[in-house]
Amino acid sequence: MTIEPGESQGEEMETTTSKGSLSDISAARLQKQPGNSALGVGLEARGVHAWFGEKHALANVSLDFWPGTVTALIGPSGCGKSTFIRTLNRMHEFIPGAAMAGEVLLNGEDIYAPGVDVTKIRLKVGMVFQKPNPFPSMTIAENVLAGLKLAQLKVDNKGELLEECLERAGLWSEVKDRLNTHGGALSGGQQQRLCIARALAVRPQVLLMDEPCSALDPGSTLRIEETISQLSSSVTIVIVTHNMQQAARVSDYTAFFLSDGGPGQMIEVGSTNEMFSRPKDKRTENYVTGRFG
Amino acid sequence: MTQAPAEIPAKREITTKPRFSDRVFRAVVTSGGLSSLVILGLILLFLLFNGYSTLKSQGIHFLTSSNWQAVVNDAGQFDAKNSHFGIAAMLIGTMIVAVIAVFIGVPISVGAAIYLTFYAPAFVKKIMVSAIDLMAAFPSVLFGLWGFFVLESSGEYWAKLLNKYFSWIPIFKLPAPYVNRSPFIAGLVLAVMIIPIVTSISREIFSQTPLDRIQAAYALGGTRFAMLRAVAFPYARSGIVGGVMLGLGRAMGETVAVYTVLNIVYQVNWHILFSAGGNVASMILLKFGDASPQEIKALMAAGLVLFVMTLIVNSLANLIVARTGKSGR
Repeated sequence: MTIEPGESQGEEMETTTSKGSLSDISAARLQKQPGNSALGVGLEARGVHAWFGEKHALANVSLDFWPGTVTALIGPSGCGKSTFIRTLNRMHEFIPGAAMAGEVLLNGEDIYAPGVDVTKIRLKVGMVFQKPNPFPSMTIAENVLAGLKLAQLKVDNKGELLEECLERAGLWSEVKDRLNTHGGALSGGQQQRLCIARALAVRPQVLLMDEPCSALDPGSTLRIEETISQLSSSVTIVIVTHNMQQAARVSDYTAFFLSDGGPGQMIEVGSTNEMFSRPKDKRTENYVTGRFG
Repeated sequence: MTQAPAEIPAKREITTKPRFSDRVFRAVVTSGGLSSLVILGLILLFLLFNGYSTLKSQGIHFLTSSNWQAVVNDAGQFDAKNSHFGIAAMLIGTMIVAVIAVFIGVPISVGAAIYLTFYAPAFVKKIMVSAIDLMAAFPSVLFGLWGFFVLESSGEYWAKLLNKYFSWIPIFKLPAPYVNRSPFIAGLVLAVMIIPIVTSISREIFSQTPLDRIQAAYALGGTRFAMLRAVAFPYARSGIVGGVMLGLGRAMGETVAVYTVLNIVYQVNWHILFSAGGNVASMILLKFGDASPQEIKALMAAGLVLFVMTLIVNSLANLIVARTGKSGR
């Protein structure tokens, strides 16, 4: 289902804010469930399909991400949640044979429109991957600031930005005395927080996290969850996770994806509380209560 | 009564008894592995044995002088007193030609490797990879003939251009207006010959660049060029250096192609555009046909020096790879 920006559907009319201020949005957020009305702000997926060659991997997903919220995508393996998250910053197209349909709107603009500079999109929609992937040839400080170099951005005070990003990623106190050593010497959890700091340094509007804790021990996972909570006030976060407790702990909204052998679909989306206490769909209930998946 | 200190047992020896078939297989692959070492050792011994007398009689002059004269007296006997063997011009010539080849060939090869790994569409890549493999297997005498008949004439034009605009750089000066069969032309031919090996090694390394790092660079808003600089180059650097050194080794040892295009002169010449060069391997080929037994021994000594020189280049390559290797990995 594709809806033109500016158009909206029935009862959701009154909450639709076009380019609204943050306070409007947070007011709206109290009443608004993620739906499929055109917001004009934040990140919106409209009828997204995805293919790998002939394989139809994802069908007709429409989902909004309100500024300043954390949305968790849950579902069993192979349900298309990672594929979906990668369509949101055009990382999907790196896989040979990958194709998509539908629209992804960032602040009301289609990121797949012809002539869009994809590097600018990825600056606004950052990504943290499943496996920590710091650049081993760079020091900790260079890693954090790597995005500036890659995108050729100028910053007046690099030292300040460095400290701010490491602070926000919850890593500053652990590395402040060894900023000029190589990132490879850090533990897995520290490396992942370094990657978060690196993603924050280019000041993204949205941060996509693709199972950021799946390779980490419980202690590091906890630290990253704290980081996510601290970030959520300033950055829109979309997190794919296999860990249902994690989804319950960190997210405001949860979307449940499932594949019945065909392409993955979004079964249900709602506030995390509701999704885990009284889901509308039987399949969601079975999944969140651990009856399958 | 105090408790007796716990007795620490002796360490056990842990062994496994391999099956007979395992042992047979092990013997087969071990002998395969050792044979290359043995063959290399035997060749080295052979060269040492035959070249020793020349090295002893000529001493350090063998490396520092460019005088090569095998004198035969009136009775048809070899005149050891008046004969001189020195390969300085050949050694320096070998290095010059090889360095020219690397200088021209490596940028082309690395560029081709980057194109094939990160830019080329699949079908172009497939065709080009087999073309490059074919190029590696191409007989070197054909490169020599092509260099002689084709490259010589166009190379002459380039040489004159270089001389016209860059003669303020000493190596591009011409002591006399002869630009045929110069080290520059030989270097061009060798450049073409080392392109396949340097390209395939570089391509192999580039294609191993970890995907998660490439994605990290793109996810941070990097362009393809920025990704290459931040991720692919640091990762591939040491491997490329290794490939370049292999190319240098090949360029130093190449015989027939250089023999075809280079005018071998027994005088050290630093002017790469001038029609006078040296090359140890080509000189051996040039002299071998009608050399007296004593002169052959001198040629063996020259071969030994070439062998040692190649060994040094390869060890240097290993050293560089080991020192720069870790950081980008």
